[in-house]
Amino acid sequence: MGIFVTDSRRENCFFGPDKDTSMIDEQRAHLSKEELARYSRHIAIDGFGLEAQQKLKAARVLVVGAGGLGSPALLYLAAAGVGTIGLVEFDRVDDTNLQRQVLYSVDDVGRSKAHAARERLLALNPHIQVEVHETRLTSANALDIMARYDVVADGTDNFATRYLVNDACVMLGKPNVYASIFRFEGQVSVFNYRDAEGKTGPNYRDLYPTPPPPGLVPNCAEAGVLGVLPGIIGSMQALEVIKIVTGIGEVLSGRFLVFDAFTFEARIFKIRKNPDTPVITELVDYDEFCGVKKPERAIREISAIELATWIERGEDFQLIDVREKYEYDIVNLGGELLPLSEIESLASKIDRNRKVVVHCKTGGRSAQAIRLLEERFGYTNLYNLRAGILGYIEEVKPEMQRY
Amino acid sequence: MMKTLKIKAFGITRDILGGREVELQLNESGTVGDLRSQLSSTYPEVLQLKSLFIAVNNEYADDHVVLNDTDEIALIPPVSGG
Repeated sequence: MGIFVTDSRRENCFFGPDKDTSMIDEQRAHLSKEELARYSRHIAIDGFGLEAQQKLKAARVLVVGAGGLGSPALLYLAAAGVGTIGLVEFDRVDDTNLQRQVLYSVDDVGRSKAHAARERLLALNPHIQVEVHETRLTSANALDIMARYDVVADGTDNFATRYLVNDACVMLGKPNVYASIFRFEGQVSVFNYRDAEGKTGPNYRDLYPTPPPPGLVPNCAEAGVLGVLPGIIGSMQALEVIKIVTGIGEVLSGRFLVFDAFTFEARIFKIRKNPDTPVITELVDYDEFCGVKKPERAIREISAIELATWIERGEDFQLIDVREKYEYDIVNLGGELLPLSEIESLASKIDRNRKVVVHCKTGGRSAQAIRLLEERFGYTNLYNLRAGILGYIEEVKPEMQRY
Repeated sequence: MMKTLKIKAFGITRDILGGREVELQLNESGTVGDLRSQLSSTYPEVLQLKSLFIAVNNEYADDHVVLNDTDEIALIPPVSGG
């Protein structure tokens, strides 16, 4: 049974309490004399021993985010002898990181975090491999990157990436060692973990089906975080990764830890799968899902030059001006004045059977008017004058009054 | 008859409710779902959160769970820091 599955898209965690330990790849798990000495305190633990250390050596663990949580998690995983560590990080080291991101030092400020982290980890343990994914984790690359690892640890700093990591782990059947922090509080759980009986535990969406709107729950930069907190919580993440890989102990699956550093209280809540959680079958646009970017439907536009051509050749169209009356009095193109503020009550004045060009001063209010008219009244014949009347004056009629 | 519930707030709900521990009155037959709607109407930001994990006696509680005044109730909102 010395066969090791080499398919990079293999779907299940290779190591776990339910796996036959004789399946450890002997080459990948091989420990040199130096390594045996280095890990002697692990090997000495009753119930851990050489076998668990070999499992660590053969394991592939991905840490998403090398910041506050990723720093201690990566350091301890490297020190513990996880054979291959992947890290996903696109950011650069900043002065404000050093209060908690213990992977980095003053000399690293301005450098790529991914590369600085790799150097630091290899300096700590030259017997491991560190794979750098210097990129933002996205719906387009998440499955490819994550499929190459047995366990994923989520140490990201935003809701969009947390949902992405969760969903990709569910799709790939990987355990997601989750941790998150806020001021004095930390949360830890192991999501999507398949136990010895083959039962899969709850995932992030069983607790939080939909994300809060942007801005309501402040991030570390806005709300602050006590530097030692990610040190504690990220170390717990490393602990759970090590337990999953080696199959020792009781994994924090179906349980959710909340640690309050302020009162030094830790509570573990029992959690379970929610039957109403929709089955995750594909990755979505997580920025959109989290409301970070609002999907704006494209609207039709017309340039000043095109409008001039329409006028010149007597094209049949209606021209609507959605500015305020005082603006109209300063300068106008002879359109019908229907101010944006009154557009809903005046909508009946807008033709449906011929082209309608809508304009304002620079193009913003008219775009708003068009979206509103399309959504509420079902118009399909509206064109926005790009850059508004000022653009028209600039391109076509420079002699007209600007304001 | 009303019952008085002691509620522990975590994360951003501490800011919203104005403390680590708050007391709330609920109907005798009140459930987790009733608590959720009462919180949402008293504190609109709770409704805005969209997802709020409510635990009763250290266990995830569905909306139909009936609450007793001896229950330990915790509000655990999502946090995203890393």
